[in-house]
Amino acid sequence: MSKPHDTGAEQAMSGRRAFLGLAAGVGGLLLAPGVHLMEIAHAAVPSAATAGGANPKVRWGLLIDTTKCESGCTDCVGACNTENGLSGGTGPTDSQWIRKIEIKEIKTGRTQSLPVMCQHCAEPPCVDVCPTGASFKRADGIVLVDRHSCIGCRYCVMACPYKARSFVHEPLTNQKADVPRGKGCVEGCTLCVHRIDKGQGPACVEACAKAGHHAMLFGDLNDPASEIARKVRELQSTQLRADLRLDPGVRYQGL
Amino acid sequence: MRALRVIALGSVVMLTALLSAASAGGADGRVAVASLQPAIQPASRGPCVAEPAVMRRTHPDMLRHQRDDTVHLGVRDARASLKDCIGCHASAQTGSVAKAPTDFCVGCHSYAAVKIDCFECHSSKPQAVAQR
Amino acid sequence: MKQTLHGFYTLEERIFYVLVLIGGGLVAVGLLAAHFMEEHGHIVTGMNNQVVWGLPHVFAIFLIVAASGVLNVASIGSVFGEKLYKPRAPLSGLLCVAMLAGGLMVLMLDLGRPERLVIAATHYNFKSVFAWNVFLYSGMVAIVAVYLWTMFERRMNRWTRPAGLAALVWRFALTTGTGSIFGFLVARQAYQSALLAPLFIVLSFAWGLAVFLGVQSAMYAWNGQQLPPAVQQRMARLLGVFVAAALYLVGVYHLTNLYFARQGAFEAFILLGHGDAGSVFPPLFWGGYVLAGALVPLLLLFHPRLGGPRSTLAASALVVAGAFALLYVFIIGGQAFPLDIFPGFEVSSSFADGAISTYRASLPEWLLGLGGVGTAFLLTTIGIRVLDFLPQDDFATLNAAPKD
Repeated sequence: MSKPHDTGAEQAMSGRRAFLGLAAGVGGLLLAPGVHLMEIAHAAVPSAATAGGANPKVRWGLLIDTTKCESGCTDCVGACNTENGLSGGTGPTDSQWIRKIEIKEIKTGRTQSLPVMCQHCAEPPCVDVCPTGASFKRADGIVLVDRHSCIGCRYCVMACPYKARSFVHEPLTNQKADVPRGKGCVEGCTLCVHRIDKGQGPACVEACAKAGHHAMLFGDLNDPASEIARKVRELQSTQLRADLRLDPGVRYQGL
Repeated sequence: MRALRVIALGSVVMLTALLSAASAGGADGRVAVASLQPAIQPASRGPCVAEPAVMRRTHPDMLRHQRDDTVHLGVRDARASLKDCIGCHASAQTGSVAKAPTDFCVGCHSYAAVKIDCFECHSSKPQAVAQR
Repeated sequence: MKQTLHGFYTLEERIFYVLVLIGGGLVAVGLLAAHFMEEHGHIVTGMNNQVVWGLPHVFAIFLIVAASGVLNVASIGSVFGEKLYKPRAPLSGLLCVAMLAGGLMVLMLDLGRPERLVIAATHYNFKSVFAWNVFLYSGMVAIVAVYLWTMFERRMNRWTRPAGLAALVWRFALTTGTGSIFGFLVARQAYQSALLAPLFIVLSFAWGLAVFLGVQSAMYAWNGQQLPPAVQQRMARLLGVFVAAALYLVGVYHLTNLYFARQGAFEAFILLGHGDAGSVFPPLFWGGYVLAGALVPLLLLFHPRLGGPRSTLAASALVVAGAFALLYVFIIGGQAFPLDIFPGFEVSSSFADGAISTYRASLPEWLLGLGGVGTAFLLTTIGIRVLDFLPQDDFATLNAAPKD
């Protein structure tokens, strides 16, 4: 037999339960559309691919046939300088994003000529050492310097095994509109990212093709149907300093 | 008594500032205006991305957000593209937004005494002009 | 040096103002040089795309490594309970903070964009040792500040040991971080070694103690006093041990490199100057570091007929000079040697591939580096004048003792 105050307490308890249940129900009703909308919003967050930016499924790379590279030819270097507004100087403080290197095997005397630029590694040491994250790898594999964050510490220059990076030693003027660059920041080959985003290829590749050498090939290494992927599958090619396991996106034939 | 003195001093200072601003209007080559607004050349084309009042207040954040999208994600031709800003706002005479004191960016920024370093790296001229 | 009205031993007023003028002058000149470099770009320095870290980095790394090492004196007192070192602990803490400040000032002013320091303080890539160092260096200042507080505030004295222990652990992390700046660089033949972190720790012991001994000798000399022979001998011997240990590790580093065929060319360049006639690195390494910076100090410190206070002071000065020589060879020699992109090939290009680079420090770089030293000097001077950082117990005892 329940006593009167027990009944009262029970009633109060059941009253509270009802209230809590109602509150939970109303709360759920209010939150559900919001949660649903958030799901939709997250799904629709413009990933770079859908918004027309860098596509993570792509990995841009270069294939350079050094057997077609002539010693003394600098068409790729000239094109890079023009496209990116570099001075073209070769003094100790001048920026060089790409350069022709002449190599001679010490034991055999065999010589070769090849262009070397930022190798756009998959595991870039320059990205690892940058304190502000200014040196970064874009979703499509291009390694870039965000000059808004670069403080000019030059640690990436110390870290790069390919000497890809240059430091800007003096105030610059007359930059190309597509290629902002300035004093105190570090820079390097961008694979002509401003052209790639418009659907074109790097200036060096274009110049080499236009001049008829056809030593440089640009394309998507991740696309099995692309010419570059086909070529690296069928023909022998190497990466520079492959022993470092940085997995560069630039490959060389004939080395 | 003390409050009155403060108010009197304050008004004298304000009046002096106003008069000197008005009279110095023509001294540094700007269009002589009696107002306190900066003298900026209007843009060459139609309406901007947003209302001038909104742009004045939010353009730093717009640009800062957009630059991260452009550099890190590769998103181009967005609403707040710096290149498009320059394309519209470049002065007809100098072809730039940062050369002469009346050019768009410099005019307002030197008035507000807020130093910008954008154009240490970015070209202040639109594409076609820059490549001339 | 008399007791001030406030009852502690400090610098005399005249000496204080002269020192402030010297230190302040150095700092001012250093800041001017930094402004000049920032305004015109690094083209006014001797640095280029081959040698990107120059003389300012040599000064900065010496100051930072010595800063962490100078705290050793305090640690020996607080953590290991050696009574002779306890009165020296506050001065050691002050020197640590002062030198750290000086070194960081040089490092930050040498940046390509020093005005972007806020970005460095707010955007972090935690895979980078530099990012960790921002926390390690600033944390060191905070920990030493707390440590000093436990020493100065009588009610906090019982916390001196834990604070000293925390400072000791943090110091090890900091110096490991500094050594790892180089140790983590797989690209260059001079670096890419796990040995560099412990090497820097031992170097910090030697350099820090040398700096401390120098400052201590000066303070005692200005007081017309001499360090008690017992203290002086113990500290001298300790410095000798550290110098020997450092020499050992440097020896192991080079011996291992010599064993690897692929490092042969680099070692020949650094130790013998192959490939660069008139190279400055072998004389700096052998004469500057091994001879003047290690062997002669060992002789001065351990020889029974030498080993007095003057020998100790001379040895300290030589160790510091040897430190600069070693750092110059390490930092700049490591960059002067070309990258080995094509092993087994002779290489040439327009970008100095395969070529040994030359570097000559310019005046702004010297002034900036000296400005960092001046900052450390100035902060130490002001600290000693304003608070009782000097070994008070020692001075009290010495001044109370009847003069013979």
